[in-house]
Amino acid sequence: MAEKMRSPLGQAYGLGSAREGAKEWWLMRLSSLALIPLTLWFVISVVGNVGADYETFAAWVGSPVPAILLVILIAVTFHHAAHGLQVVIEDYVHVEWQKLTLLIAVKFGCVLLAVAGIFAVARIAFGS
Amino acid sequence: MPIANRPLSPHLQVYRLPLTALMSISHRGTGIALSAGTLYLVWQLLAAASGPDAYEIFQRFAGSWLGILVLFGWSVSLFYHLVNGIRHLVWDAGYAFTIEATTKANRLVLIVTVALTVVAWVAGIASWEGQ
Repeated sequence: MAEKMRSPLGQAYGLGSAREGAKEWWLMRLSSLALIPLTLWFVISVVGNVGADYETFAAWVGSPVPAILLVILIAVTFHHAAHGLQVVIEDYVHVEWQKLTLLIAVKFGCVLLAVAGIFAVARIAFGS
Repeated sequence: MPIANRPLSPHLQVYRLPLTALMSISHRGTGIALSAGTLYLVWQLLAAASGPDAYEIFQRFAGSWLGILVLFGWSVSLFYHLVNGIRHLVWDAGYAFTIEATTKANRLVLIVTVALTVVAWVAGIASWEGQ
């Protein structure tokens, strides 16, 4: 139905509403909501770990509650960051190849950093 | 009317942005800064996962003036983005759209950002001296 209502040129370009905007919007709000308590917990933990030596810090990362919350924090943070950066790029970069390059770099970079962070937490928690 | 005499819309270079606009663009600015700041966190976690030697290199940077400066900028960005983000969620829920409410919220966001930054750094320094 949506395809039929488009002009032939509009169909060829494939631009306009993809009917997925609401889900993207909602996911961004959901990640914001999750990040409020996660960030507060993280800040309190950072303050508590100031000046901690290697053994203390590694023991903290590896204990169950911090390990679980860190993995959730990393996953939600990079989802939120990837989405936020995507919106900024789409708003300000209007040369098509530059926009596409940046969008791909942001997506790949965020996935790489998220997996690296989660791997680090897992390795500490499970003892190399 | 000749093109040169047309009224111009306020251009960014000659138009002093009101506080609401400055705070709006700052939300994006701090968001970008925080995205870059995630590198710092991932570095710390990877260093801790690699062992004491790698962690010592991280700690040497974290304890340097540059490291402390990065952490300070990181904390201010985090608190601003957090507090202003909550304001955005209030807007998304359909509240506080009037100019008066926005002006009030501007001030509240800035005050809470400064307060959280001060509290975190005072607590951080106290925790560091307690080690």
